Amino acid sequence: MFAALALKDGTVFEGKGFGALKETAGEVVFNTSFVGYEESLTDPSYKGQLLTLTYPLIGNYGVRKENFESEKIQVEGFIVREFQDHYAHKDAVQTIHDFLKEHNIPGISDIDTRMLTIKIREHGVINGCLQTSEQPIDTATLVKKAKSLEDYGQKNLLKEVSVKEPEFIDAKGEKTIAMIDTGVKLSIIRNFTKRKINVWRFPYNATADQIREKNVQGLFIANGPGNPEQAVEAIEAVKQLKEELPITGICLGHQIVALALGGKTYKLKFGHRGINQPVKNLKENKVYITSQNHGFGVDEASLKNTDLEVTYINLNDGSVEGMQHKTLPIQTVQMHPEANPGPQDIEIIFDKFIEDLK
Amino acid sequence: MKRTDIKKILVIGSGPIQIGQAAEFDYSGTQACKALREEGYKVVLINSNPATIMTDADMADAVYIEPLTVEIIEKIIEKEKPDGILPTMGGQTGLNLAVQLHKKGILKKHHVEPLGTSIESIEQGEDRELFKKLCIEIKEPIPESKTVENLKQASEFEKECGLPIVIRPAYTLGGTGGGIAYTHEEFEEITQHGINLSPIKQVLLEKAILGTQGWGEFEFEVMRDKNDNCIIICPMENLDAMGIHTGESIVTAPTQTLNDKDFQMLRTSAIKVIRALKIEGGCNIQFSFNYLTGEYVIIEVNPRVSRSSALASKATGYPIARIATKIAIGMTLDEIPNDVTKETFACFEPTIDYTVVKIPRWPFDKFPTVDKRIGTQMKSTGETMAIGRTFEEALQKALRSLEVDRFGLGHDPKDKICEDKEEIIQNLKVPTHKRMMYIRDAFALGMNETEINKLTGINTWFLTKIKNIYEHAKTITEDKESIKQAKRMGFSDVQIASITKKSEKEIREIRKQHGILPTYKMVDTCAAEFEAKTPYLYGTYEQEDESRPSKNKKIIIIGSGPIRIGQGIEFDYSCVHSVFALQDAGYEAIIINNNPETVSTDFDTSDKLYFEPLIFEDVMNIIDREQPHGVILQFGGQTPINMAMRLQNEGVNILGTQPENIDTAENRDKFGAILETLKIPSAPWGTARSINEALMKASDIGYPVLVRPSYVIGGRAMQIVDNDEELKSYMEEAVKVSPNHPVLVDKYLANALELDVDALCDGKEVFVAAIMEHIEEAGVHSGDSACVIPPQSLKPEVKQKVIDYTKKLALAIKTVGLINIQYAVKDDVVYILEANPRSSRTIPYVSKSINKPMAKLATQVLLGKTIEELDLGDYTEPTFTTVKQVVFPFLKLQGVDPVLGPEMKSTGEVMGIDTSFGKALFKGFEASQMKLPKKGNIIVAIGRDDHKEQAIPWAKNLVEMGFKLFCTPGTRDVFIKHNIPSTTVPKIREDPMIMDMMKRNEIHMVINLHRGSHPGTDSYTIRRKCIELNIPLLTRMPTAKAAVKAIAEMKYVEYDVKSLQDHYTKTNT
Repeated sequence: MFAALALKDGTVFEGKGFGALKETAGEVVFNTSFVGYEESLTDPSYKGQLLTLTYPLIGNYGVRKENFESEKIQVEGFIVREFQDHYAHKDAVQTIHDFLKEHNIPGISDIDTRMLTIKIREHGVINGCLQTSEQPIDTATLVKKAKSLEDYGQKNLLKEVSVKEPEFIDAKGEKTIAMIDTGVKLSIIRNFTKRKINVWRFPYNATADQIREKNVQGLFIANGPGNPEQAVEAIEAVKQLKEELPITGICLGHQIVALALGGKTYKLKFGHRGINQPVKNLKENKVYITSQNHGFGVDEASLKNTDLEVTYINLNDGSVEGMQHKTLPIQTVQMHPEANPGPQDIEIIFDKFIEDLK
Repeated sequence: MKRTDIKKILVIGSGPIQIGQAAEFDYSGTQACKALREEGYKVVLINSNPATIMTDADMADAVYIEPLTVEIIEKIIEKEKPDGILPTMGGQTGLNLAVQLHKKGILKKHHVEPLGTSIESIEQGEDRELFKKLCIEIKEPIPESKTVENLKQASEFEKECGLPIVIRPAYTLGGTGGGIAYTHEEFEEITQHGINLSPIKQVLLEKAILGTQGWGEFEFEVMRDKNDNCIIICPMENLDAMGIHTGESIVTAPTQTLNDKDFQMLRTSAIKVIRALKIEGGCNIQFSFNYLTGEYVIIEVNPRVSRSSALASKATGYPIARIATKIAIGMTLDEIPNDVTKETFACFEPTIDYTVVKIPRWPFDKFPTVDKRIGTQMKSTGETMAIGRTFEEALQKALRSLEVDRFGLGHDPKDKICEDKEEIIQNLKVPTHKRMMYIRDAFALGMNETEINKLTGINTWFLTKIKNIYEHAKTITEDKESIKQAKRMGFSDVQIASITKKSEKEIREIRKQHGILPTYKMVDTCAAEFEAKTPYLYGTYEQEDESRPSKNKKIIIIGSGPIRIGQGIEFDYSCVHSVFALQDAGYEAIIINNNPETVSTDFDTSDKLYFEPLIFEDVMNIIDREQPHGVILQFGGQTPINMAMRLQNEGVNILGTQPENIDTAENRDKFGAILETLKIPSAPWGTARSINEALMKASDIGYPVLVRPSYVIGGRAMQIVDNDEELKSYMEEAVKVSPNHPVLVDKYLANALELDVDALCDGKEVFVAAIMEHIEEAGVHSGDSACVIPPQSLKPEVKQKVIDYTKKLALAIKTVGLINIQYAVKDDVVYILEANPRSSRTIPYVSKSINKPMAKLATQVLLGKTIEELDLGDYTEPTFTTVKQVVFPFLKLQGVDPVLGPEMKSTGEVMGIDTSFGKALFKGFEASQMKLPKKGNIIVAIGRDDHKEQAIPWAKNLVEMGFKLFCTPGTRDVFIKHNIPSTTVPKIREDPMIMDMMKRNEIHMVINLHRGSHPGTDSYTIRRKCIELNIPLLTRMPTAKAAVKAIAEMKYVEYDVKSLQDHYTKTNT
C-alpha cells in the first residue's frame, strides 16, 4: 500500500500505508512514549490530529480492547517508523493494522519519524494531509490540500468527542459528581468509579442549571481536544458554579477553569506529549513524573489578577501544570493523573477532589 | 543543595577486570571523581587496577593504587582523614568493602560518613533474607525461597518446593557458584559448591522460574534522591528467558513486549521498592514477568551502580553514575542539570527513539575445554552494544560488533546452516553462546515460532524478528531498492556481498553510487523533544542526517570494542588519553567504539562519539562522512590494526606507523630480514602452511618449539610442543581457526628470562619508556606474566643491549608512535621474540610507573612533535618498584586447568607499588586476591626432576621461616636428600587427607609446578580446589621463587600505603 504525508510547508514524506485506505488531514503532533499506543490512539484529546510516535517499533503487543480510552480511534491518522505484523501479548486480539482498518483510520509507516519530530520541535506543530492508496500518490495535490487546511485552533471539536445526552454512571457510591465531557478519557471515569463516586456525564455544552438539577457534590471538567477558547459553554458553566461546587479540571478542563476565572491560555510551540514529563509540586518541592497530552497551556502571567495560584510547574520549561483557588475548593492540573498511558504516581489528585466533595 | 559540612571524600574502585566486574566501574568511578571535584570536594581514590582512567593522578587529589582490603583502606583513612565515603561506585567489590568497614566500626571510629544510600539500605538490598522480609512487608511478590547454610536445610526446602530449584550463593560476583538444579544429585552438588564459595557460607534456594513456562526477564534502572524524587532511567528486556544471568543475556532497551498496563505495573513496583529501601542514588531492580499469565515477581535489587546502569547510561545518554554521585552529596534531581540538553534537568525519565541491543562477549575461543553452556553464572568477559531504528538492525549490528569474524546473523562467508534437527533441538534446550545461530537454523529447517518458543522460552516477538532476518535475506539482490531495504534490516556489506555473490568492495561501490549511505542520529535522552548539545551518534539508514561534520581540524580515534581476553580495558585507557591529548593540541577528537562499559564511550570524553561496530564498512562510512585530517589506529589494540591496510587503500591518512610498516613487524619474513640487517639475535624460527612443512621446520629448529598462527591477539591458539605427534595434532586442530594465515614455528627458549619494553619513536629518535622484567619465564604469555619495573636481575650491559636493540628496531620498522618489543634473555644473550608497533597492554602500567602519560605523548608525536621537543630525557628508572600482577577467570570457568602457558587467559591486572621488589610483589599478589601466607602449611608438588633440584634454596627458606611443607613422594625424596623436612601427601584416592586439610583451611598455599595435565589427576584436582577455596596457587618455578622472596621480606613487617602523588614527588626531588 502506498502512503504519503504532506505538510503545510510543502514537505512530503513517502512511505508504506497501513490501516485504512483513505485520505485524511489534521495537525501533526508527536508523542515520545514508547508504550501506550492503544491508549493514545483512542484518547479523544487527539481528535483532529495526526499522531506520530517517536518510538520506532509500534504494535509489538497488539491491541487489547480493555486498554481503550474511548470506544474508537480518535486520531485522524497514524504515523510510525515501523508497524509490527506480529504481536506477542496474551490479551491482544488484533494487530495494529487490523485495528486501524476496522476503525477506518489510515496509517503511514517507514518514514523518518525522528526527522518529522525535529521539524515539529523546530517549527512548531504543523497541519498535514495523510493519504494511503493502492496507487502511487499524487503528492503535489496532497501538498496543495495541506496548504489550504483550516487552522486546528479554529475548529470546535468538542461536539465530536462528547456524549450527546447526560448519562449516569452508577458506582453504587454515596457521592456523585457532574462531569462536563469535553472528550473524557475512560480512565478518568474509572478513577471515580473505583473510588465509589457516581458520575453524571454531561455533554460539553451543558448549562449550570442542567447541572444544578442533578444534585451533585462536585464538578469535574474533563480533558479534550482543541483550543480551550472554543469551550464557551463549559467556561460559562464554571463561572456560574464556582462558588457552589468544588471543581477539578484536568488538561483541557484545567485550561477552561483558568479562562472562566480570568486567566488566559496560549498555544505551545509543540506541546507536551509523553509519559516522562517532570512536574514540580511547589508546596512540597517534590517532582512527579507525569503523563501529558496538550498543545495549549495556561499563561502564568495572566493569573496575576485572578484568585488562582500556581501549584505545579513543568520542570522542563517552567510552564503552569496545576492551579488552585485562593479561597474556593477549586484545583486543576494540566497533566494526566489518570495515566494510561503513563506513570501512576499522582492519582492523589482524585483523592484530593473527593475530599472536597460536599 | 550540596553539603558543605564535608570536604574530603573517599571513593572505592572495583579492582582488576574480571568476569562479572569489568570496565563499567572505571566508567562509574571516573564519573564520580569528576562529579565530586567539579562541586569542589577533595577526592581520595583507592583502586588496585592501574589500567583505569580513575587511577590517573589528575583524577583525584590522592590516588592510591593499593590492594583493596579492609586493612589497607583503614590505613588510607587514617592518613587522609576523609569526611565521607562513596561505597556505591566500585561494583560488588567496593560495596562489600564499605559494608565491612562499617561492620568493623572503622568508619565510625574515624568519623567517615557513608554517602548516598545508607549501609543499612545496602544490606537490606543485598542480604536476601532481609530483602525477602521487606518485599513481604510491602506486599511485593517474590519467588518462594529459603536461605540455607547446609545440605540438611537445603533438602527440607527441596521437599517443600520441588525441583527445579535455583541456587544463588550469597555475596559472590556475577552469580559465581550458582546454578539451576533439575535433579536431586545436581541440587546437592551445586548447593554444596555454592556454600563453599560464599564468603558467608550461605546460599539462597529459590523456586526456579523458568523461561519455558513463560517467564521473561526485565530490568529497570531507578534513581532516587533524599527528597524522595524517583525516576526510572531505562527499562530493559532480556531476549533470553529467565534462567540466564542478565550479564549473559542479550538485552534490549526499551522493553519491547510489555503494554502500558504491564509496564506501569512493574514501574510502580520498582518505585515502591526503591522508596522502601530508601535508596539515595542509583539502584537496579530485576523482575520476572510471565507473558502467559501476566504475573510478575521481583528477582533482586542492586543498591548501587552496576553493569546494567552503565548499559542504561549509554543506551539513553543519561549519566547515571554522575547523577548518583551528585545525589550522594545531598543534591536533588530537580537541581541537577541534564548535561545532554543543557536546558532541562536530571529529573525526568529518558525516552528513546531507537532500539538498543547488547550482546555479551564470551572467552570460549580461549578455553576449548570449558563448559560453554550459559546459565545463572557469568562467563562473559565483556559486551558490545548496538543501536538501530529497527530491532533487526540493532541485533545484526551488535552481532558484527562482537568481532568474532561474523558480520550479522549468518549469510556471511563463514556461515554454515546446521541441518541436524537433533543438534538444533539440543542447542535450543541448552543454550550456549551460539544460540542465535541455532534459532536461525531452526527456522531454516522449517520449525516455527511456537516450537522454538517451547524449547527456548524466548518470547515469540523476538523469534519473529530473527525469522524476519532469515526470510529477508532470501529477497536480497543487488538492486538499489533491495540493498536499501537490506541496510534498514541491518545487513552488512559483507552479508549482502555473500548473498549476491559479489565482493564487499562491489557492494560498497553500488551503495555509494546510489547514495545508499548511513544517516547518523543522535542519542539525546529525550527522543528529539529537546535539542541535544552533546554529539553522541549512531548510524542507521534513514532520511535525515544529524551529524553535521564541523570544519575544525579533527582526528578520528578507532576504539577497541568489547572487552575480551587479550584486548581489555588497557586499550580503552590509551584511546581516552589520546582523546585528551588531541583536545589539548586543539583538535576535535572523534571516537568510534561500541563498548558500553567504557570511559571512551562516555558522552563527555570525546568531542564527538560514534557508537558503531568496528568493522571496515562502518568505520569507513564515518570517515567518508567526517573527512577527518587523520585517523589514529595504534591505541585500540588489534581491532583497528586489522583494518589498517584497507583504510590506507581508500586513501585515509593514517597517523603514526604506516600499515606497510605494521606489516613489516607482523610478517615474519620481512621482520627476519630486518633482524638480520641489524644483527639482532632471535630464536630460530620458520613459517609453515602445511603439516609436512611444519614437521620439517621443527626438525631443523629442534624441539621444544612454540607454534602459533600469524596475526593474533592474546596469543590465540599458541602452544609449546615437544615432539612430532603434538605438532601434528596442533596443526590439524587448532589452526582451523585461520586457514589463510601461515603458522609460525619458533624455537622455544626454555627457562629464559622474558622482558617487555615499551618505547616511543618519532621516526628519528627513540625514547625507551620502561623495561619490564617478567616474573614468569619466557613461554608464559606476556599478558599472563607478572612483571616488575625496574628490572631486578639484568646486568647493566644486558640492559644497555636491550635499549640499543629497541632503538634500532623501532627506527628500522619506521615506527611513529608507540612500539612494544618482547625479548628473551638466556645466558646474557638477548633474543628478540616479537615487536608490535602499537600501544600495548602495558602502557597504562608503564605510564603510572614512570609518571609519563605514554599514550598522550605518543599522540603528540603523531601530530608532529619530536621526541626532542617533548623533552623526555633518557631511559630512567623510578625510585620505587612497581609490580604488575594479573587475575584469571578460573573460578568462573569450570573444566579449565589453572596453569599458565603461551595462550593468554587472564582478564585483568593490578599493580603493587612499594620501595622494594619483595614488598611490591607481595602487594601485587594481595591485590590479585592471592594473599601470600606468612606462616602455615604449604603443599609443594614438582613434576620435573631438574625443577626439584632448583626448588631447594627456596624450599629451605620456607622451612627456615617456619612453614610446614607437604610434598608429593617424588618431591619429598629430593627434599630429604637436602635435609628439608616435609610430610608426604598420599594419593587422593588412597587417602583424601590433603583435600580435607584444604577444605578445613589448613593449607595456606600450594606450589604445584606442572605444565598442565588432564582432569582426573591429583595434580589437576588440587589446582581446581585451590581456585574454589581461594588458596594461593603458584604453578611456575620463577613465581614460587619470587613469592618466597616476597614472603621473606614481608614476614615481620607491615607495608605502608602511599599515594601516587607522593611517590611521584619523591621521584622528582
